[in-house]
Amino acid sequence: MVEITSPAFKANAREALADAPLQRALGHVRSGFIAKRAVAAEALPEFDRLRDNARDIKDHALAHLDLYLEAYADKVEAAGGHVHWAETAEDARRIILDICRSKNARTVTKGKSMITEEIGLNAFLEEHSVAPVETDLGEYIIQLRGEHPSHIIAPAVHVNKDQVEADFRRVHTHLDPDRNLDEPTTLLGEARAVLREKYFQADIGITGANFLVAETGTSVIVTNEGNGDLTQSLPKTHVVVASIEKIVPTLEDVSQILRVLARSATGQDMSVYTTFSTGPRREADPDGPEDYHVVLLDNGRSSMLGTEFQDMLRCIRCGACMNHCPVYHAVGGHAYGWVYPGPMGAVLTPSLIGVDQSGHLPNASTFCGRCESVCPMRIPLPKMMRHWREREFSRNLNPAAARYGLGLWAFFAKRPALYQALTRVAIGTLGLMGRARGRFRAMPLAGGWTRYRDLPAPEGGTFQAQWAKRHGNSRRGTR
Amino acid sequence: MTANAQHDAQQSPNGRSEAGKAPRVGLFVTCLVDLFRPSVGFAAVKLMEDAGCRVDVPAAQTCCGQPAFNSGDRKDARAIAEGVIRSFEDYDYVVAPSGSCAGMLKKHYAELFDDDDEARARAEAFSAKVFELVSFLADVLGITEVNAQHEGTVTYHDSCSGLRELGIRQQPRRLLRSVEGLELKEMKDSDVCCGFGGTFCVKYPDISNKIVEEKTRTIREAGASLLLAGDLGCLMNMAGKLKREGSAIEVRHVAEVLAGMTDQPAIGEKRRG
Ligand code: SF4
Repeated sequence: MVEITSPAFKANAREALADAPLQRALGHVRSGFIAKRAVAAEALPEFDRLRDNARDIKDHALAHLDLYLEAYADKVEAAGGHVHWAETAEDARRIILDICRSKNARTVTKGKSMITEEIGLNAFLEEHSVAPVETDLGEYIIQLRGEHPSHIIAPAVHVNKDQVEADFRRVHTHLDPDRNLDEPTTLLGEARAVLREKYFQADIGITGANFLVAETGTSVIVTNEGNGDLTQSLPKTHVVVASIEKIVPTLEDVSQILRVLARSATGQDMSVYTTFSTGPRREADPDGPEDYHVVLLDNGRSSMLGTEFQDMLRCIRCGACMNHCPVYHAVGGHAYGWVYPGPMGAVLTPSLIGVDQSGHLPNASTFCGRCESVCPMRIPLPKMMRHWREREFSRNLNPAAARYGLGLWAFFAKRPALYQALTRVAIGTLGLMGRARGRFRAMPLAGGWTRYRDLPAPEGGTFQAQWAKRHGNSRRGTR
Repeated sequence: MTANAQHDAQQSPNGRSEAGKAPRVGLFVTCLVDLFRPSVGFAAVKLMEDAGCRVDVPAAQTCCGQPAFNSGDRKDARAIAEGVIRSFEDYDYVVAPSGSCAGMLKKHYAELFDDDDEARARAEAFSAKVFELVSFLADVLGITEVNAQHEGTVTYHDSCSGLRELGIRQQPRRLLRSVEGLELKEMKDSDVCCGFGGTFCVKYPDISNKIVEEKTRTIREAGASLLLAGDLGCLMNMAGKLKREGSAIEVRHVAEVLAGMTDQPAIGEKRRG
């Protein structure tokens, strides 16, 4: 399993804030993705209608998930493929290892897949003497670095060009040490050449899936590098690993959702490659795998059905929510401490690894709502983060001091007369204290505020007190 | 306030106010305005009275309940909401000088009563009457200009709830353009969060600080001498940061400028003279 550092979110965040290269890299997220999505959305007058449509398609699929999953599995088998049901990450790893063993596989190539991150597949395969090779450029880079993705569609967004160059020189020792790697395109070319070899060595190709189509038993991947196609068509065996909520009823549904996916993610109309695979190679096919397996993973999803978190299962992993998130912009993806970062991670992670481990995530949000405003699947992310806060509150998981403070505040907030008597005195005093400067540089119990900013002093005298003085009870509702 | 500020009685959601009669507005002061900046409340009253409203301030109000709601404490949030609804439901309109509090009253109260159809219906009827101040002036009363003067350059920050929950974006800008002498200089990314986020800013001060630093950078780059917004929480956050950074940019609630009530020191500034 991927190591969980979500409980240390605050420390992770502090580290990230002090990491100058990371901060520079995050600047690119802020400028690039947002502008591109805005242009793409603007250019398509029916964009918002397509979002409604996409939401409805997934809602329907989730409402009949069992039915569509069975239909899908039947179709896969009818096409000559094999379907494996995995309830847990452990089950999925086992199933995949068994397939590897049955093929005597030494090397597997991998297309970009968050689900194999979720089940910690690479480390597990390595432990069992199978070498996984990431073929997406970003994934390849972080594999060389021994890291995990910091973004669900741009896994190496935290790495800069100089770091990549150093990694390539360190690992690609068979190449001329004096070669020139100044240009990003040279780096790309080198990665291509190295990976090309691996495609031909690989015994198995493993991909994720963006969609599973019930109507046809087809798995769909979208990529920009074409690496997914080579991964799944060159080796003799293709293994698709996908979580159960990837299901959609028809090919028409896929084409509907595709229209919002790339636009939301990168601002492209469509990704460069959209690849459909159905079963192993048929007689007349020019290429394709001899053997085709699908591992369908639950890993906690089915227990989200019927709860206040079901809507999260609509997510198509476009990354728009994190691209627009001020907290993600500040700390990057690794600070979140597990596989899924940003707003979607703040909702999904507690469902998958437990809120006691990841309680910070749904709390570390300003509820600015920008994620929800761009989510192509109209997932109410802030609302679901709040639902996690409710679960934490009802289980007394939040810090005692915060609970105590909140309880005290609520006691007075529910008693207007008492509240006003108290605030009249307190604010009067505070106003007098702050009169000379108009603000405080430090304030007992408000260190969280005054560590970084001044606290503006009250003007003096509450509004209620001043209003009562001017109008008595004549213009006051008294209930 | 100009004369086209005619209240259309047809727009009254409960049909209570008859044609020609001044709409009765209950002012939801908001806890921050009540405690830190009463002048915003008085500016709100002036703006609405100039527009022909009759404004009351129910004594039985404290806070909208958002701190409890956003901390996962639905029980207290609901108890506070019940009190607010009781105090305000007889008015034609309920107006708050804050997008965040108005958003709470308008968009979230009903969901607090999920298990009780009657209470939920009552909350919905209440919420239908709630408006943020500037949206109320522009969208409900149809005001297109104000009778105020302000010599200088201003920049406007779109607070998140007002923008994304209530669709407030053009309304304040349109009214500000009618202020004599005022020049609006837009900042980059005016729709990006300032990092306040209620209790977020004290629970995650390091992250909040990073976000507000970005914000004050874009504010300074705008080159205006006055920063305006419609939410006191965000304003105190941005003012506190600007002052800590030693910036001379002043900070006020948009209502103060629209009402022409800028005699009191700006947020976080000391009294002159
Ligand atoms: S939650 Fe929405 S915006 Fe975020 S990755 Fe999923 S689909 Fe995209």
